[in-house]
Amino acid sequence: MSSEKVASMTSGEYIQHHLDHLTMDFTPHVGGNGFWSFNIDTLIVSFVIGLFIACLLRYIAARMTSGVPGKLQNCVEMVIDFVQGTVNESYHGKSRLIAPLALVVFLWIFLMNAMDLLPVDLLPRILSVFGVHHFKNVPTADPNATFAMSISIFVLIIFYNVTVKGFSLGKEMLTKPFGPYLFFLNVPFRIIEEVAKPFTLALRLFGNMFAGELIFILIALMPWWLQWLPGGIWAIFHILIITIQAFIFMMLTIVYLSMAHDTH
Amino acid sequence: MEIASIIGQVQGYTAVAVGLLLGLSSLGTAIGFGVLGGKFLEGVARQPELSPMLMVRMFIVAGLVDAFAVISIAMGLFLLFASKNPLANAVLAAAQQQVS
Repeated sequence: MSSEKVASMTSGEYIQHHLDHLTMDFTPHVGGNGFWSFNIDTLIVSFVIGLFIACLLRYIAARMTSGVPGKLQNCVEMVIDFVQGTVNESYHGKSRLIAPLALVVFLWIFLMNAMDLLPVDLLPRILSVFGVHHFKNVPTADPNATFAMSISIFVLIIFYNVTVKGFSLGKEMLTKPFGPYLFFLNVPFRIIEEVAKPFTLALRLFGNMFAGELIFILIALMPWWLQWLPGGIWAIFHILIITIQAFIFMMLTIVYLSMAHDTH
Repeated sequence: MEIASIIGQVQGYTAVAVGLLLGLSSLGTAIGFGVLGGKFLEGVARQPELSPMLMVRMFIVAGLVDAFAVISIAMGLFLLFASKNPLANAVLAAAQQQVS
């Protein structure tokens, strides 16, 4: 959008403009907002960040020295040690998938959340020069992205529940919270417990990022000389929030998967 | 005129809902953070050598306490500031039908 167009927008229109995604529709009939319309901005940003992480880690791994490490290598080693420590603390199974999965979840979500710290109008303003009029640059403020991640975790939970426990899964589902005589209550309880996991995981991350972004947009509506103080305070607080949310997502992933491994 | 008063009514109720969403969620997190910080200080006073570990755990729980309050605050702010109030849409659609 051009700057004179910004001036003519009301505050409500400005917020609505910032909450609209860049979507592409693949439905046979044009103009719907249905299942086959994709949020291109979320997809592009998350893929670029994922590619960036993969390239960075590959670059570090190729140049690994046992002598004096560079700053970047130190930093990556610190993150890997931290994730390894958390995994060792709360997961006691044998699977070798959990630690790399936790590392990817943590780094990816952390960087996607960190897109929130870019100024609200920076990327949309640059892209509007090229004729792209809606762009949301925080993928985790889109429920589609967070639900995609949490449903993938949910599939892994079911997979490990079935493969590790095998026959005893049925026994566990029938007897777990209230004992064998109340099996007609145990099964629905277990199902509710499992289905609640992806919902809470996705909605927690989405809610935090969406609220953070909305507050940044509200701050951006203030006159320019007033923006610095609340913007600065909220940005510093938001650094804490994005780290904690990435860490919680990783932690709960590890805990849920280790629960799926534990046989009782 | 009748439509305007109906829209005003919807907006008034929306304002009350926003107040409840913001107020109750901040009340809940305030109590949660109070209990959490108090227990953390108690734990540190009892065993000061555990304080780094307790600090990390406290931040995890702080994130969990924060999450649902933040969701309701976001919904409240959305209702308050976004231009299309989803609750008034039905009234507006009815008004448009009457005008045309």
